[in-house]
Amino acid sequence: MRYWLTSTALVLTLALPAIAQDYTPDPNAHQGGSIVITYKDDVATLDPAIGYDWQNWSMIKSLFDGLMDYVPGTTTLRPGLASSYEISDDGTVFTFHLRAGVKFHNGREMTADDVKYSLDRVTNPATQSPGAGFFGSIAGYDAMADGSATALPGVEVIDPLTVRISLARPDATFLHVMALNFASVVPKEAVDAAGADFGKLPVGTGAFKLAEWTIGQRLVFARNTDYWRAGEPYLDQITFEVGQEPIVALLRLQNGEIDVPGDGIPPAKFTEVMADPAQAARVVEGGQLHTGYITLNVKMPPFDNVAVRQAVNMAINKDRIVQIINGRAVPATQPLPPSMPGYTQGYAGYSFDPEGAKKMLADAGFPSGFETELYVMNTDPNPRIAQAIQQDLSNVGINAALKSLAQASVIAAGGEPDQAPMIWSGGMAWIADFPDPSNFYGPILGCAGAVQGGWNWSWYCNPALDDEAATADSITDPAKVDERMAMWSDIYMKVMADAPWVPVFNEQRFTMKSSRMGGADALYVDPVSIPVNYDYVYVTDVQ
Amino acid sequence: MAAYLIRRLIQAVLILLGVSLVTFFLLYLLPADPVRQIAGRSATAQTMQNIREQLGLDQPFVVQYWRYLSGLVHGDLGRSYLQKSEVAVLIWARLPATLLLMAGAIGCELLLGLTMGIIAALRRGSMTDQSLMIVSFVGVSAPQFVVGLLLLYVFAVKLGWFPIGGYGTFGHLVLPSLTLGIVGSGWYSRMMRSSMIEVLRQDYIRTARAKGLARRRVVFRHALPNAILPIIAMIGIDIGIFMGGIVVVESVFGWPGIGQLAWQAIQRIDIPIIMAVTLVSACAIVLGNLLADLVTPFIDPRIRLR
Repeated sequence: MRYWLTSTALVLTLALPAIAQDYTPDPNAHQGGSIVITYKDDVATLDPAIGYDWQNWSMIKSLFDGLMDYVPGTTTLRPGLASSYEISDDGTVFTFHLRAGVKFHNGREMTADDVKYSLDRVTNPATQSPGAGFFGSIAGYDAMADGSATALPGVEVIDPLTVRISLARPDATFLHVMALNFASVVPKEAVDAAGADFGKLPVGTGAFKLAEWTIGQRLVFARNTDYWRAGEPYLDQITFEVGQEPIVALLRLQNGEIDVPGDGIPPAKFTEVMADPAQAARVVEGGQLHTGYITLNVKMPPFDNVAVRQAVNMAINKDRIVQIINGRAVPATQPLPPSMPGYTQGYAGYSFDPEGAKKMLADAGFPSGFETELYVMNTDPNPRIAQAIQQDLSNVGINAALKSLAQASVIAAGGEPDQAPMIWSGGMAWIADFPDPSNFYGPILGCAGAVQGGWNWSWYCNPALDDEAATADSITDPAKVDERMAMWSDIYMKVMADAPWVPVFNEQRFTMKSSRMGGADALYVDPVSIPVNYDYVYVTDVQ
Repeated sequence: MAAYLIRRLIQAVLILLGVSLVTFFLLYLLPADPVRQIAGRSATAQTMQNIREQLGLDQPFVVQYWRYLSGLVHGDLGRSYLQKSEVAVLIWARLPATLLLMAGAIGCELLLGLTMGIIAALRRGSMTDQSLMIVSFVGVSAPQFVVGLLLLYVFAVKLGWFPIGGYGTFGHLVLPSLTLGIVGSGWYSRMMRSSMIEVLRQDYIRTARAKGLARRRVVFRHALPNAILPIIAMIGIDIGIFMGGIVVVESVFGWPGIGQLAWQAIQRIDIPIIMAVTLVSACAIVLGNLLADLVTPFIDPRIRLR
C-alpha cells in the first residue's frame, strides 16, 4: 500500500536521483595500483554489526554499503544501496527503493530481504552489537532489545527492491542512522556459514573485498570488480599492516615503504614534521567531530552549585592546553565542535579569568577553594593535560588530586553517581557517530545517559532540555532544518549556562601521506570515513 | 626419572590451576565492566543486561570460574568478547612469531651475556672488567623502546641493512632479537661473571691449573659447565617472560607476537584473551623451569633428579 503517494501535497517526496547530491569524479584519477596503510592496533573484527574502532570503521565502509551514504569528504547524505527514498509527512515511515543488480562479494544479488535480515540481526541481542541502540526509534525495537521478538515488525519487505521502515516516533536523524556501518547490508547465507567468525570472513557489497587476513600482521583488500558504482574504487589493492608503532610507521613513510600511517603523526615528531616544508606539504589538516571536555559531577558537592561549575569553566586556560598537544586542536567554546551543524557561531564561551573565578568561588561560599579529584586516562598526553588542568585549578584555590587510571576504570568511575567529581575525557572523548547535533546530547548530556553505567559522567539531567531535544528531533521536514538547528543551538547554549562541562578543545586531524597519493585533501580528513576514504583515493604513478 | 616427571607434572597442573584461579578472581574484582566495552556508547541498560546474561557475567564468581574451567578441561579457551573469534585461534596464529622471537632473543642474550661475563670474570678488576660491567649496566638500564628505536634508526633507516619492522624473514628477526639481547645480556653477563669468579676460586680449578692444563681448557672444560648452572635457571624464567609477550619490542618492530594481543585485551578487558595469555605464559614458565631442571644433570652429573 503506497499510501505515501496518495497526496503529494502532504507527502514529503524525496525521491532524489543519486546524481543530484553525488560526488564529482576526480578527472586526474586513474584506476590501478596499490597502497600500504599501517595501524598500531590489530583489527578486531570486520563485522559491520560489531566493529566500532578507529582502524576498522573506514575498512568496514569499504567492504559494505548501507542504504544511505555520504558524499565523500563531506557530511552531506546521499543514497547508497537505496536509489531513492520517501518519507511520510509525519516523519515516521521511510520507504527505500533499492538499486537493482547490486551484487554481494559472493555473487548473489542483494534484495530487500537482505536489508530486513541485516536490521533484524543488528538489533538482535544475540549479535551483541554496540550499535543496536541507534535503531531504537524503529517500531518494535523494544521487543527486540528485551528478547521477546526475533524480528523488527517496523521493517517490512514490500517487494524485492522496496523496503519500508516504520518508526515508533519521528526521528530527524534516521537517515544518518541508516548511513552508519551498523546499518550495512549483509547476506544471510554468508553470516550463517561463518557464524561468529563473520567478522573474519566478511561478505558485503562494498568497493573492496577481503582478499587476505593474516592475523596480527596484515589485511589485504582487493578491488571489487563488480562494484555497483561504476568506475570505483580507483585502487586495485590496499594492504593494511597492523602492529606498527606510529613512530616506526613515520620512519617507513619517510623511507617510501608505506603510503599512509593510519594513526597519524606521533606527537613527539609532530613539530619536526611540520617544520620541514617538504614533509608538511604532505600533511592534510582537517576538523573532526570531536570535543575534549571536563565533566563536573552535578550530583557531588560542591559541583551541585552552578556558580562553582561556572568558576571552574573560567579557571581553565584552554590555549595552554592546546599548546601542550603541539597545537593539534582549537580551543572549544561549547559542546559541539565547529564543523557540526547546530554549532553556535559567535559564542565565545567562558573566557579565561582566574581572578573572576576566584571571586565567583568566594561568592559561592568557597573563599579558600576546596579539595576534589580529577580522573584521567593514564595514556599520553592525557596525564600531562590533567596536570595543566590541576595547575589551573590550583591557581584559583581548588586542590584536585589526579586519579590516573586505565580507560575502563575511568569509564566505570564515571558511570557511578558518587565516584568521580571531575573527569578529563581525553582518550575517551566524544567523536560523533554521525554529523548531527543530537548525537552530542542524548548519551552524554541527556537524562537517559545519567544512569548507573551510563556515559553522562556529569550526571546532568535537565528534563526541560530533554523535551526540547525530543521536539527538535521530531522535525523531519528538510525545509525546516534551519529551525531544527536553531533549536539545537539553543539547547547547547542552555547547557553552557548550567555548565556541567568545561569544553576544552576540538581536536584537528592531521593525515600524512606519501607523495604518490592522489585525491582531494577532503578524502584524507573525511569526517565520516575516518581516517581516510579508501574508495576514492588513488595513486599517481599508474597510467 | 619417571616418578620425578610425574611429580613435576602434577605440580605443574596445580600451579596452572592456582594461576587461573587467582587471575580469574582478580579480573572479577576489577573495577571495570567488560560489558560496557562490548555494548558501546549507545547501549541501553537492557542491552547491557542481555550481554551480561549471554556471557554469564551475571553469575556468581564460583559459577563463572567453574564454567571457564570446564571449558578449559575440554580444550576450549572461549571466544574473545570483542573479536568474537576463538581465543585458541588468535593465540595459535601468533605463537610462531612469539617462539621465533623468544629463540632469537635468548640466543642474543646468551651470546652477548656469556661472552661479556666470562671475559669480565677472567680479567677481574681490570679495565676490561669495569668497562664490560658498565656496558652491562647500561644494557640493563636502557628502556627497550629506546634501544629498539636506536637500532632501527641506525641499522634499518640509515644503513638500510635490515627492514624497518615487520615479520617473515631472518632479516626481520635480527633487530628485535638484538634489542632484547642487549637489554637481557646485562643480567646474564653479571650473573655469569659472579658465578664464574666463584667457580674459578674452587679447589678443582686450582688443581687443574696446577696440573698444567691449558687456560682455555680449564675455563671451557672445567669452569664453564659449573658456572653456567644459574644461567640455565635464568633461561627457564626468560622463556616464560617471552611467552607472555614483549609488548614494547613487538610494537616497535611490528612483530605479530602474543604481547600485542595481550596488551589490547588488557586495555579493553577482553577476559578470555587475558586468561589465555596468562595461562600460556604460566605454562611456559613451568615448562621452562622443568626443562632447565632436566638439562642440569647432563651438564653437572653430580646433580640427580629425585
